[in-house]
Amino acid sequence: MNVYENVRMAWEGLKANKMRALLTMLGIIIGIASVIGILTIGDGVSNTVAGAMGSLGASNISVNLQRRSSDIPGNRRIFVTEDDRITEEMIAALVERYSEAIAGIATSRNVGGGQVRDGRDYANVGVTGINDGFLEVNAVEMLRGRTFNERDLDRGRNVAIVSDRLVNNMFDGDMDVAIGQEIAAYVGAAIYPFVIIGVFEHEMTVFNFTSAAERDISTPLYIPITTAQRILNAPDGYTTLTVAAVNTVDSTAFADQIANFLNRYYTNNEYFFIQTMSMESMLESLNTMLATISIGLSVIAGISLLVGGIGVMNIMLVSVTERTREIGTRKALGATNGNIRVQFVVESMIVCLVGGMIGIFLGSVMGYIGTSIIAVAILPTTQSIAISVGFSLGIGLFFGYYPANKAAKLDPIEALRYE
Amino acid sequence: MNDIIINMRGIVKRFFIGQPNELQILHGIDLVVKRGEFIAIVGPSGSGKSTLMNLIGALDRATLGSYTLEDTVIEAARDAELSAIRNQKIGFVFQNFNLVPRTNAVKNVELPMMYGGVNMRDRNRRARELMDMVEMGERLYHQPNELSGGQKQRVAIARAMANDPAIILADEPTGALDTATGRLVMDIFHSLNREQGKTIVLITHNKELAAETNRILTMSDGVFV
Repeated sequence: MNVYENVRMAWEGLKANKMRALLTMLGIIIGIASVIGILTIGDGVSNTVAGAMGSLGASNISVNLQRRSSDIPGNRRIFVTEDDRITEEMIAALVERYSEAIAGIATSRNVGGGQVRDGRDYANVGVTGINDGFLEVNAVEMLRGRTFNERDLDRGRNVAIVSDRLVNNMFDGDMDVAIGQEIAAYVGAAIYPFVIIGVFEHEMTVFNFTSAAERDISTPLYIPITTAQRILNAPDGYTTLTVAAVNTVDSTAFADQIANFLNRYYTNNEYFFIQTMSMESMLESLNTMLATISIGLSVIAGISLLVGGIGVMNIMLVSVTERTREIGTRKALGATNGNIRVQFVVESMIVCLVGGMIGIFLGSVMGYIGTSIIAVAILPTTQSIAISVGFSLGIGLFFGYYPANKAAKLDPIEALRYE
Repeated sequence: MNDIIINMRGIVKRFFIGQPNELQILHGIDLVVKRGEFIAIVGPSGSGKSTLMNLIGALDRATLGSYTLEDTVIEAARDAELSAIRNQKIGFVFQNFNLVPRTNAVKNVELPMMYGGVNMRDRNRRARELMDMVEMGERLYHQPNELSGGQKQRVAIARAMANDPAIILADEPTGALDTATGRLVMDIFHSLNREQGKTIVLITHNKELAAETNRILTMSDGVFV
């Protein structure tokens, strides 16, 4: 009496009672389908986010000016003053100290959101002053024209690098026409003229996702950082900058070194200090968070598996009662308690396995549709399929054992007499 | 080879032992059956026939007394050993056939061999032979609910013969059949007894059928009279 024979016997038993078998499986189907669906969608989201962050530069380290405590007693000072800012001198010292580890440094200054207008044409923009390292560090891809040169930066010229979206809105997508044109940017009450010198590709990612109409999507309009400082009449120094580490450097460890280095300038600053974070560690914590959410949701879906398992046990108990005479007969013909136990456990496992497979199929469909809405459609991993199959069998074993044991322990005489 | 197949001495069976409703069904039965005998046990309802049959068939153990089946001492056997004894040494034929539902005729005949560990090919061949023997070779793949009472009982006899047991234990095998079909079933028993030398223990109400056997034992209130 081998496994194959038990499986065949169980399969024939199920075929004889299709409707009941299907209803029994329903809980398992729903449970497995939800777990698979959730895990797949979770994977899809985390792939997309990781991809988007990677495209921003996986080896980037963000350096931020942070308040020491949110609860400063006495004379509260919450605004950044000129003394607190990260200065050009600090940056220069940093670059000198770690010249072999730094691939580039990006600083920027936000001028404000506004609109470029020309008659009835318009494009929403965020005017941002950037330094010479910004485009490379942030992996901005140039489509046409040039980037800022030393003279643009030194003199604070009114030149701009615009997005392909702006070119679409204002110049019917003709980049060659756009370059050299003067545009008027309306920011707040002011109007600033800029000459377009280059066009970059604006990519939509999960980070700049917006519900705005295609035409109204706001894109950056880059100007030299010196120009921005002149416009804003702002003090020197920065509150935030991005350091791109060279590929061979462990960016998480390097982030700590940068913090230690820069914080020497802040030992006497009561209110502010420098905090750094590598994209890598951000990615890691983001992935951890997504995984936690996935697991949390899966646990909830797992409850339906539990309910499904109890359903299987219930039906198996009914089945044992219904087949008491059959069990008695089998025992009279020489079946041992073990034979009977295995027969019913296998039957319960088959129910759960078939239910699990249907669930995996439905869950894959759910996951595929779900991920195709968010980003790129993916199928569940072989790992999650293997776990689901194992889990289904486990539920069958766990919830089938009690009924099977009850069947095995039936007294053959009583069972044969059962009406 | 030992000529005595069933050797029962002073068999006593009590139920609900130690409880207020303790009940003694068998009061010291002695029964010796030789190889190749065809005996009938008769008696009114409640005389203890069924209890005795359960003991002979190793479905149960006696409270007192000794029972040796061929060379196996039953009261010393554990549950798993009793299963093996039922499987190898006893062929049951029941009043209500007890074919396993949703399992075709030939698979029903294969069941004892399946539990006995016979491989698939051999047991299928043997099952077909047995089905031919009871003239059911045409209905190998019928489900039990597609067979008449007489046909079911013939399948059940084929199944009882599957592992070539020492005895066939038939409990009212014609009880649910009409006279003509019952006759047919009895003829099969006679030919098994005559041609293959099978030992058969028949339990019945029917005095005429009992009269066809070698020996009639009459039970009353838990003893042979």
